[in-house]
Amino acid sequence: MSMDRREFIKIAGLTSLFGAGASGAFQLLEPGVLDASTHEEHGHGDAAHGQAEEQASGPKVRWAMIVDVRKCEDPEVVKRIVKACHTAHNVPDFGNPKDEVKWIWADTYEHAFTDSANEFMDKGIEHLPFLLLCNHCDDPPCVRVCPTKATFKRPDGIVAMDYHRCIGCRFCMAGCPYGSRSFNWRDPRTVLKGKPPNPDFPTRVRGVVEKCNFCVERIWKGLQPACVEAAPNVLTFGNLADPNSNVRQILRTRVSMRRKPELGTKPSVFYLV
Amino acid sequence: MIEKALKGEPRYWAWIFFLLSIIGVGFGCYLYQLSYGLGVTGMSRDVSWGVYIAQFTYLVGVAASAVMLVIPMYLHHFKKYAKVVIFGEFLAIAAVTMCLLFIIVDIGQPARVLNVVLHPTPRSILFWDMVVLNGYLIINIIVGWNTLLADKKGVPTPGWVKPFIYLSIPWAISIHTVTAFLYAGLPGRHLWLTAVMAPRFLASAFASGPALLTLLLLLVRRFSKFDAGFDAFQTLAKTICYAMIINVFLLLMEFFTAYYSHIPGHIHGLEYLFFGLHGYDNLVPFMWTSAILGVIGIFLLLVPKLRMRYDLLAVGCGAIFLGTYIDKGVGLVLGGFVPNPFEGVTQYYPTFPELMITLAIWGIGALILTILYKIAISVREETA
Repeated sequence: MSMDRREFIKIAGLTSLFGAGASGAFQLLEPGVLDASTHEEHGHGDAAHGQAEEQASGPKVRWAMIVDVRKCEDPEVVKRIVKACHTAHNVPDFGNPKDEVKWIWADTYEHAFTDSANEFMDKGIEHLPFLLLCNHCDDPPCVRVCPTKATFKRPDGIVAMDYHRCIGCRFCMAGCPYGSRSFNWRDPRTVLKGKPPNPDFPTRVRGVVEKCNFCVERIWKGLQPACVEAAPNVLTFGNLADPNSNVRQILRTRVSMRRKPELGTKPSVFYLV
Repeated sequence: MIEKALKGEPRYWAWIFFLLSIIGVGFGCYLYQLSYGLGVTGMSRDVSWGVYIAQFTYLVGVAASAVMLVIPMYLHHFKKYAKVVIFGEFLAIAAVTMCLLFIIVDIGQPARVLNVVLHPTPRSILFWDMVVLNGYLIINIIVGWNTLLADKKGVPTPGWVKPFIYLSIPWAISIHTVTAFLYAGLPGRHLWLTAVMAPRFLASAFASGPALLTLLLLLVRRFSKFDAGFDAFQTLAKTICYAMIINVFLLLMEFFTAYYSHIPGHIHGLEYLFFGLHGYDNLVPFMWTSAILGVIGIFLLLVPKLRMRYDLLAVGCGAIFLGTYIDKGVGLVLGGFVPNPFEGVTQYYPTFPELMITLAIWGIGALILTILYKIAISVREETA
C-alpha cells in the first residue's frame, strides 16, 4: 500500500525546489506561493499571475497519512512505529508522565475519538491501539494562536515548528484540540546521553514546544516518513492534492475517520477501522 | 516626589525588608527554574499552564478595575473619588507589572521574549495582549504620576493628561477582554469556549479589583492620616456588590448552558471543578469555598447597615477578593486543562519553587504598591 516511489520523488523534489527558492523556512506562506515560486523557476513568471492560477487549481501537494488501525493489533507493530519516529527525531524519554515528550503514540478509541465512542461498541475496536500524532490540520488552531510564527503551516500542508523561534509560551498546546504537542520541561539532551543521537536531526533545548513534523526532513530527500518506513503496511503517506495518489485511492474505497471533525480543523490524518 | 518613599517609620522599613526577603527567596527559585527548566513546576503535557498564568489572568482583572474609579470621577465628576482615584491607578500599575512578570516567568525561553515584538503576529491574541498590557501600564504611569504631581503643587491636572485619562477607560476594558479572548477562542477546551468569557472576566474584575482597593484603603486609613472618606467607601462597596452579582449571574448561565444542553464535554469542566470528575476532585473544596465566599460577600455589601460598618465592609471585600481569586486564579485555568483533549484527567499541583516564584512576584507587586502608596499618602498628608 506504500506510495509509488517515482511519484514520491517527483513531489519531494518539487517541495525541496520550493524550499531552496523561498526566502526562509520560517516565513509563513499562504497556499499558492508554492506555485508562484515554481513559476519563477521557469523564467521568472509574474508571481501575482501564478497566485491567481493557483487559487483556481489548489495546491499541488497536500501531505496526508492514513492509519490502518486493524493492522496495529500487534503491540510490537506500535512499538516499532513509535521507536522509529522517536529515534529518528531524538525524542527524549524521561520515563515519567509529567515531563513526557512524544510525537507519535497509541491510545484507545474512546480517547482518540472522544465524541464518537459509545457503550455498545464493537469489542474488537475498543481494544485496538489508535496511533495518535499531529494531525497537520488544514486550519490549524496552533498556528493561529502562536505569537511568533514559530509554528507555521507550509504550503504542502505540513504544520512545522521552528525551535529557534519558539518562546515557550505553550499557547499552541492550549490551542491544539488533539493534545499533539509536547513541551521540553527539562533539558531533553540529558536523557539522550548514552544513546547515540541521530545526527541527521537536531536535538532540542529545554523550553520549546515540539511535535510530529511528518518527517519533513526525510520527504526533502525523497524518503518516506520514518514511521511509514517502519510499518509500510500499516501507514500510508501520500499526496491528498493528487486525485490519483495512493492516499486518495484508499480514501475513495475505504470508510475513514478523522478526529474531532466538528471543530473544523480538517485533520490530514485518516483512520481506517 | 520619589524621595518620599525613602523616609518612613521603622514599621515601614520592616515591611519593605520583609517584602525584599520574599522576593529574594523567589528570585533564587527563579534562577533554579532558569537553569533546570520549567520542569521544576507541577505543569505537564496535559496541564501546560498553571499557577503563573492563573495569577496573570486574575491580576489583569485587578488592573482593569481602576476604570471603576476613573469613570465616575472623570465622566460623571463624582468628586468623592477625587482623592481616591490615584490609588486605583497605582494599584493598576502594580497589577500590570505583576502580570508582565508572570508572563516572563512562565515562558520557556525568556531570553526570546522579544520575538513577540520582532515577529509581530496580529492573528495571535497573545500579541494583542502584549500590546494592550504594555499600553495600559504606560497610560497609568502617565496619568497617575501627573495627577499626583499636580496635586502636590496644588494645581489642576494639566490639560494634556486628559486625553490619556479618557483613553484609559476603553483601554482598561480592552485588557481584560483581550485576556478573556486568550481562552475563549480555543477549540476543544469546552470550559473556555464560551461567549460570556469576556463579560464574566470584566464582571469579576470590577468586583475583585475594587474589593482589593477597598481593603488597601482601609489599611491606609488605619496606618496613616489619609482617609478615603465614608462616601467613597460606600460607593466602592456598591460597585463591588453589583459587579459580583453580575459575575455570579454569568456563572449560573454557564451552568445552565452546560447542564441543560447536556453535552458531556461542556459539563466536564464544571463537573471537575464543582463535583469531581471520575473521582478526581482536588479543586472541589476550593470551588465551593469560592462560591460561599461570593455569597457572603454579596450579602455583607448589599445590606446597607452591614456595609456601613467598616469591619464588616472589610470582611465582605475580603470574601469577594478571595472568592474571585479562587475562581479565576485557580479554577479557570485548571478547569480548562484538566479534562484533557482525550477526556482523561491529569491533576495539577504546584511545586514549592513554583509557589515561591509566585509569592515573590506578589511581593514585587506589593513593593511597588507600597512605594507608590507611600508617595501618594505623603502628598495627601501634606496637602490635607
